[in-house]
Amino acid sequence: MTRAGLWRIALVTGFAGAIEVLCLTGTIDKITMQAPHRMLVDLAKMIASGSMNAAIAKTLTNAVLAFLPAIAVGILTAVALFPFKRVRNVLDPLFATYYAIPVFAFYPLLIVMLGLGDAPQILLGFMLAVVAVIINTLNGLDRVPRVLIKTARVNRMGPLATAFGVMLPSAAPYVLTGVKLAVAYSLIGIIGAEFIMSRGGMGYEISFAYNNFDNAIMYPLILLILVVSIGVNTLLGLWEKRLMLRKSGR
Amino acid sequence: MKAQTRNAAINTVLLLVLVTAAWQLLYWSFGDAALRSPAQTLAYTVKLFSGEMIWPHLRETMAAFAVALLLAAVIGLSIGFTLGYNRFAADVFEPMLVALYSIPKITLYPILLLMFGLGMPAKVAFGAIHGIIPIALFTMNAVRNVRVVLIKTGLVLNLGRGEMVRSILFPAALPEIFTGLRVGFSLTLIGTLLGEMFASQRGLGYLLMNAIGLHNIDLLMALTTILIVFAATASIVLLHYDRKIHARL
Repeated sequence: MTRAGLWRIALVTGFAGAIEVLCLTGTIDKITMQAPHRMLVDLAKMIASGSMNAAIAKTLTNAVLAFLPAIAVGILTAVALFPFKRVRNVLDPLFATYYAIPVFAFYPLLIVMLGLGDAPQILLGFMLAVVAVIINTLNGLDRVPRVLIKTARVNRMGPLATAFGVMLPSAAPYVLTGVKLAVAYSLIGIIGAEFIMSRGGMGYEISFAYNNFDNAIMYPLILLILVVSIGVNTLLGLWEKRLMLRKSGR
Repeated sequence: MKAQTRNAAINTVLLLVLVTAAWQLLYWSFGDAALRSPAQTLAYTVKLFSGEMIWPHLRETMAAFAVALLLAAVIGLSIGFTLGYNRFAADVFEPMLVALYSIPKITLYPILLLMFGLGMPAKVAFGAIHGIIPIALFTMNAVRNVRVVLIKTGLVLNLGRGEMVRSILFPAALPEIFTGLRVGFSLTLIGTLLGEMFASQRGLGYLLMNAIGLHNIDLLMALTTILIVFAATASIVLLHYDRKIHARL
């Protein structure tokens, strides 16, 4: 463990400890926030009793349903777009401004078009995630060394074989950056949509608990979402770092 | 240069035509129950702006957004400069910032509401937390990547910390900082609108939620279009300057 890592752990523990003290002394009242140890106890109870299992399963399943197609479609779109300079120039402003657009504004329209089921939420998560994959894959493909492409040509590889056998593996670290963003974005999309309007899922349960001042459910769920998203992100980050190191040949 | 500008203009027009065509196709396939055609939406938007109803909401959203953006910029830049200046602090805090960046911040909204209560402060805080982290991360990296020779020159000239930031670090890091502000701009806008959607009695986000509840498709389409046109225009303008500043160095 590095010195910075130890400091980090100390800071997080200190922060949680400070909140704990503030809560126990009543500086932060019970309606605003529970003491962190209560959150952990409630979280353990919630998981043991299984009362939220349906909501947790629904949110995570939907996130996976949004995120896997986003990766597949994103990579394939990028590979298909890559050779067409003209098309890419036209789409460039769209990609550049895409994440400035409040995509959640589309959610009401998606509900009207697809009904208030899981479909509009999954589609929203997909829409948020797919563009990150496209942008980052294109970025990676742009950086494939020319010598690799020439080698593929010398070996008479077809365009498909070149794309999947040479270019994508070489662009892998960048694709992985896109994948990492896609995980975060699909979770954001799904949970956000559940918050705005839905009939189930973790986002829905949080907003339901919030409306009922039910902190014993709200805070553990928030904690769980934070742990899941930070955990997944850290794991992918480690993998990304390994790929980058391999690429730079160390 | 001129041909480049013309090409960019042609591409933008082409993109607009494509998007409008896709929209019209969607309208034809889903019909009046789900959405409105581009022409109908445009007509309703014009009507909306000539009426009284939308202006207070628009002002409210703009005010909340402006305050949130200011807060995000000030806090983000200070965090960014502090961490950029101090290697060890950056090692400690960078992974934490990256982790915070990846969480669905919507989940934190109830906590903010409980802290700030309903209304303007919660909205502003929600917008600001969306913007702070990217601005801080971009600024930190920008300051850290300033060429060593420039910093050494500053040290040789015996500049104090404030003077160093003002006359060396800031100008040298400006292009990347601007990129951070550009990203922060869009995220703050999204944050402010989301804040209005969940718990607010005024603002465009509130109108949007209201339109969903009342199944007022005309209003829904018009608001969505207004927001997207605003966000896209602002981000294209910012992107243009971004590239210009980057090209200058």
